[in-house]
Amino acid sequence: MSLIASPQSLLFEQPLQLQGGGVLRGYQLTYETYGELNAQRSNAVLICHALNASHHVAGEYANQDKSQGWWDNMVGPGKPVDTNRFFVIGVNNLGSCFGSTGPMHVNPDSGRVYGADFPVVTVEDWVSAQARLLDKLGVAQLAAVMGGSLGGMQALSWSLQYPQRIRHAVVIASAPNLNAENIAFNEVARRAIVTDPDFHGGHFYAHGVVPKRGLRIARMLGHITYLSDDVMNTKFGRMLQSGQDFKYSTQEVEFQIESYLRYQGDKFSEYFDANTYLLITRALDYFDPASAFQGNLQQALASAQAQFLLVSFTTDWRFAPARSREMVQALVANQRQVSYAEIDAPHGHDAFLLDDARYLSLVRAYFERILSETPA
Amino acid sequence: MNPVLRDAVMQMVPFGSRVLDLGCGDGALLAHLQRHHGCSGYGVEIDDANVLACVKQGVEVIQLNLDQGLSMFGDQSFDVVLQIDTLQHLRNAETMLQETVRVGRMGIVTFPNFAHWPNRLSVMQGHMPVTRKLPFQWYDTPNIRVATFTDFLAMATKNQLTIKNAFGLHDDGVVRWWPNARAATAVFQLSALTS
Repeated sequence: MSLIASPQSLLFEQPLQLQGGGVLRGYQLTYETYGELNAQRSNAVLICHALNASHHVAGEYANQDKSQGWWDNMVGPGKPVDTNRFFVIGVNNLGSCFGSTGPMHVNPDSGRVYGADFPVVTVEDWVSAQARLLDKLGVAQLAAVMGGSLGGMQALSWSLQYPQRIRHAVVIASAPNLNAENIAFNEVARRAIVTDPDFHGGHFYAHGVVPKRGLRIARMLGHITYLSDDVMNTKFGRMLQSGQDFKYSTQEVEFQIESYLRYQGDKFSEYFDANTYLLITRALDYFDPASAFQGNLQQALASAQAQFLLVSFTTDWRFAPARSREMVQALVANQRQVSYAEIDAPHGHDAFLLDDARYLSLVRAYFERILSETPA
Repeated sequence: MNPVLRDAVMQMVPFGSRVLDLGCGDGALLAHLQRHHGCSGYGVEIDDANVLACVKQGVEVIQLNLDQGLSMFGDQSFDVVLQIDTLQHLRNAETMLQETVRVGRMGIVTFPNFAHWPNRLSVMQGHMPVTRKLPFQWYDTPNIRVATFTDFLAMATKNQLTIKNAFGLHDDGVVRWWPNARAATAVFQLSALTS
């Protein structure tokens, strides 16, 4: 019997002051929960999503094939984050396009769809909004907050913004900030979107079009960076899409990798919002908790009280193990409780979403430890 | 873990110490020090199965290859740095010894003593020793830095380390008389000369 998920939404009337200076006067958060909050309200786990995921972490929707949550291999009944024992919350972040208030919603100030006018949101803003959701759900303290990649940044930020409200932070395939190369990739993706003639300065909704060309290219580029050289070569190599011979064409699909990337780009452009892509990549770029401490990460993490598990993957060059080690080093220097695993997986950044027995066993063991310390 | 070795190490670790255990294996020693000796700290391990075992028993573990050094850890940031039967696996054994006393106010190093008499006998009979402490054939041994009690003493002196305690261990306890021949395991308690 698989887990049936059902999304819910809550309206927040209290304005949210944003880090960038703007204010969201009122907003909606869409979320899902799995499992039961125990009587002590001590077994809640918040899962933070990365770039293109959502509140739909686990389970599937009733009567909807292939609707598994994006981390269904990690979260669910009997899974490493066991929903028979933990109350798990997935929440769609502000500015996203899967239910929570975002650029395609109506701006109460103007009565028009936000579009490009949606205020820039940061990781810190997301965490503040998530904390308000927990208030409404009656969760004063999380047993753990967990996320991969950009989700890991939110977990890290939780430990700094609300050090007393989390007992554990599980930070996977993440980094304490983006390096120049990472910002560069984001910028190329953004330029692809913004220069698409269908973008209309971000107000394409009114024109009844979607800047799909830009979204496709953004996704193709992103996809390359989520894989490793080895995996791409193993999966595609130089295999041709059809036949044994070159077509000697500059525009037709020739190699299988081209077809694969075009397919991924097409699929993405059908469901993802262009303004959301801009907003979320910007949130990635801006995240840098050490910046308030002249770049000193050790000082930045001094306020963290949580116990940490960090995991990285050896072939992840987008969020390389060295970036995780920086965080481990800063936590060790602050004498925080931290464990760190470097999983030798071939799949690049994507590995954090895939099945690897060592990785899943480790997370399972860590959550069993959390449970053993959790007041029941 | 061998209780004689465990107890000998515990006697040298002050109660409540912050401990870094290099090559901590499944974390048994650190778990014991946490539970019975008020200690805290981290194990360092390279092996996936051992990292998992540490997490399972509630020992903080950091997965690192010790051959890449200890740059993650600050000077004198631990009360005790343990190298329990780890030295013989390290390519850069001498550097790691220097790192041990840089990071720790005290270092405790143990390793199989190659000059233990059964090993000598074996070599005299024409064979590399295969014993309980050194159970591998020469062609598949992970022990790439085999040394004797006396060899280590010489290296520690060359590196100007202060040897606070040095003895051998055997099945039934501490060996203080002629450990170079009589002990299967060599034990050294060290610190940097300046401290």
